[in-house]
Amino acid sequence: MRQDMDIRQQEGELTGLAEAILRQAKRLGADAAEVSVSEDIGLTVKVRKGELETLEFHADRSFGIAVYQGQRKGSASTSDSTEGAIEETVARALGIARHTQDDPCHGLADAGLMATRLPDLDLFHPAPLDTEAALAAAGACEAQGFATDRRIVNSEGAEAAASQSCAVYGNSHGFMGAASTTSHSLSCVLIAEDGNSMQRDYWYTAHRNPQSLEAPEAVGRTAAERTAARLSPRKVATGNYPVLFSPQAARSLAGHVIGALSGGAQYRKASFLLDALDTEVASPHLRLIEQPRLPGLLGSASFDGDGVATAEKAFIDAGAARNYVLSAYSGRRLGLPTTGNAGGVHNLRLEGRAKAVKTLLKDMDRGLYVTDLMGTGVNGVTGDYSQGAAGFWVEGGELTYPVHEVTIASNLKDMLRQVPAVGDDPDERGNIITPSVLIETMTVAGA
Amino acid sequence: MSPLVREAERTLLEPAALSRQDAEKALGRLAGAGADLGELFLQNRVSESWALEDGIVKEGSFNLDRGLSVRALSGEKTGAAYAEDIRPEGLANAVEAARSITRAGGQQQVKAPAPAEPPAIYGGGNPITALGEQDKVALLERVDRAARRIDNRVQEVNVRLSLNFETLLVMATDGAWAADARPLVRLDVSVIVAEGQRRERGFAGAGGRRPLSSFSHDWPEDLAREAVRGALVNLEAVDAPAGPMPVVLAPGWPGVLLHEAVGHGLEGDFNRKGSSAFANRIGEQVASTSCTVIDDGTLPDRRGSLTVDDEGTPTEPTVLIENGILKGYMQDKLNARLMGAAATGNGRRQSYAHQPMPRMTNTFMQPGDKEPAEIIAACPKGVYAVNFGGGQVDITSGRFVFSATEAYLIENGKVTRPIRGATLIGNGPEVMTRVSMVGNDLSLDPGVGVCGKEGQAVPVGVGQPTLLVDKITIGGTAG
Repeated sequence: MRQDMDIRQQEGELTGLAEAILRQAKRLGADAAEVSVSEDIGLTVKVRKGELETLEFHADRSFGIAVYQGQRKGSASTSDSTEGAIEETVARALGIARHTQDDPCHGLADAGLMATRLPDLDLFHPAPLDTEAALAAAGACEAQGFATDRRIVNSEGAEAAASQSCAVYGNSHGFMGAASTTSHSLSCVLIAEDGNSMQRDYWYTAHRNPQSLEAPEAVGRTAAERTAARLSPRKVATGNYPVLFSPQAARSLAGHVIGALSGGAQYRKASFLLDALDTEVASPHLRLIEQPRLPGLLGSASFDGDGVATAEKAFIDAGAARNYVLSAYSGRRLGLPTTGNAGGVHNLRLEGRAKAVKTLLKDMDRGLYVTDLMGTGVNGVTGDYSQGAAGFWVEGGELTYPVHEVTIASNLKDMLRQVPAVGDDPDERGNIITPSVLIETMTVAGA
Repeated sequence: MSPLVREAERTLLEPAALSRQDAEKALGRLAGAGADLGELFLQNRVSESWALEDGIVKEGSFNLDRGLSVRALSGEKTGAAYAEDIRPEGLANAVEAARSITRAGGQQQVKAPAPAEPPAIYGGGNPITALGEQDKVALLERVDRAARRIDNRVQEVNVRLSLNFETLLVMATDGAWAADARPLVRLDVSVIVAEGQRRERGFAGAGGRRPLSSFSHDWPEDLAREAVRGALVNLEAVDAPAGPMPVVLAPGWPGVLLHEAVGHGLEGDFNRKGSSAFANRIGEQVASTSCTVIDDGTLPDRRGSLTVDDEGTPTEPTVLIENGILKGYMQDKLNARLMGAAATGNGRRQSYAHQPMPRMTNTFMQPGDKEPAEIIAACPKGVYAVNFGGGQVDITSGRFVFSATEAYLIENGKVTRPIRGATLIGNGPEVMTRVSMVGNDLSLDPGVGVCGKEGQAVPVGVGQPTLLVDKITIGGTAG
């Protein structure tokens, strides 16, 4: 494994491979085809209790193809990019297309929608795959965790990871786009113990650019503070209370909304926001937007999984649903143009009437601040919501003792309309960026 | 040499122009660097899936995944390198990367290969080639037709057939030289029903490590009926209660309770590190005396079964809890060595591009002597939970959840109205001591379980008889 590898040097080769696969598809009888080729290399170093625990190197290349014969579709993918494997994989996709049935909505996105401007989004910041540097960062992170609080007695380790990816998408319209990206992260999982309980928690930092990562010591310190704060938790009495979701917990709420507005959930009639376009679905101050072309962010992309140009848009604006989340296919199913969201959303952000978290706690007075959610108790069809939760009890507008082993329940349709305000504390670390979110009332089940 | 090993070498080594001698030389490099264990893992996995929607089969996909992994273990350290490139050069690079964790000056011996040859517990070969494409399409159409015929409130039907065949070869410096050829099939149906303003979804799925031809003739229709039944029940559901109360769990898939409440907490890695709520508790009472919990990868045809695990260790029935007493943990080679225990055949990895770790296979509770009806009658007021979506656990605190998708109120010892889906939350060691009645009706799940741990997904099985848990918190909305 070369330490100084720069995966951008593979862009030309991967683009050539994509072109060869498309030619092969045409030669074997496809009317239209689209191909994705990707290569990923990386290093992960984990330190536990001050010692190197694991050192992992990976190098993967794979490609996937979808072929169309008339309105029939077949797909195939493989990690084997030898010439023989390309031919076999394309033949497999065509073999499947012979047995699927006509769907008038199948096919590439319209040629006129292909992204024509592929700006440099500043997503590539390679650092040498340096084992020693990664080891030092992970070690410093965990050591600071142990030093922060004497109740931190154990660790699941601190992990530093760096990877480079090159992804190429092309189709038989002649579109060919390549994006090389890097990602760097550092995470730490600690265990705290007191006479009453043992608890774990974690913290992490992640960015395209290693210079923008939080310092290792800061990650370790936050992980330790979060873990120790959970010790000696209590249950609370079952009842209806205001619930404040932390920025990390609120991320899943935005995810449920995007799931409900996705084209697949809409055309399958499997959404609690069915046919919600241009109707009010949330408190009037809330906006849910995506900004795909912001430079340097983890979710940034200039084209989607159909080759369609991405664009800034609001899914929810002033509390009303303004766009579904559509690919070319799901758009056709609904009689709507694609929104450039084949493969998902890019840099989704929830915004609203923002207040300092201190003020939100004062506003709620007495209730539950949720920092951690568990379970699969969200029904995307009905919006019924019931999840395990842990966090802190709020009394007199202040955080008091840690709470665990409770559930919070309501219906997402009601929850979205019961948001008096959000926090001024968005968590910028991922593709979904959310602040704290206050919900007026939910059922908390505990003791 | 077993036929399995011969076949795996033919699939994995020969096309790559790799010989047994190349593999032995690679192991020699790892041992020569002082690794306590050096291991090569080669894998070839083909998968095919077909999806039906709107009454037609509109998508199918085929995937071929091939690659190799090299690991070197030294004390508590692991060096690992993964590559999709099964060729002499890819192997040599991976060996050099993996052995970089060992300290200079060490020297270990490569043991002579001692092939494990456990009896094959599943057969039927590659399920993808065992059935023609038209027959696969026809199978999906049968499910769709049946679902729509059962009830005119059925609005949408989605059916998916997934077929998988995995060949692997593991060679290690401890003498392991093992192979496996694993079929895996699964058929899933999801329906949406509507009545007035209410819409609900119902699911059913089944599968295992067995050929499609081994399922009963009415299998597709039975699945359709089960999915529609579940959805129609939920159309009538009232708000679930909130707070602690007795819960009767139906047999089979609700065994996800065991998987979350005790299973993960008994995996060797967490116990070696002392991060599990069950660490250092062997020999202690951790469940009521009516609980005996076993993990068994040897059950014929089951989704969680393996002839050998992903480190080449034959699977076995491992008693985790016997009459409420904690007996043992599930181990892979690394954790077994560090804990001075034996590997139990639980070393599993999602693919060549992941590291093995202790994982469950099929985890279930032995039956007791109570009639299921007697158990329900013993519960004056509570919840009867029949089906679950999934669960999750924090192994350090023991806190776990599992989310019911079909459940009913029990009123005066009788099952009455269905309730909306709700999450149940409790603490593993506490909840297991509250299992007060165990039924005589052990059944295993239908074969759809997927377990996630540290980002790796593997197929698993669960099972249990009807159980009464005296108190667990139900996350509903009704006071």
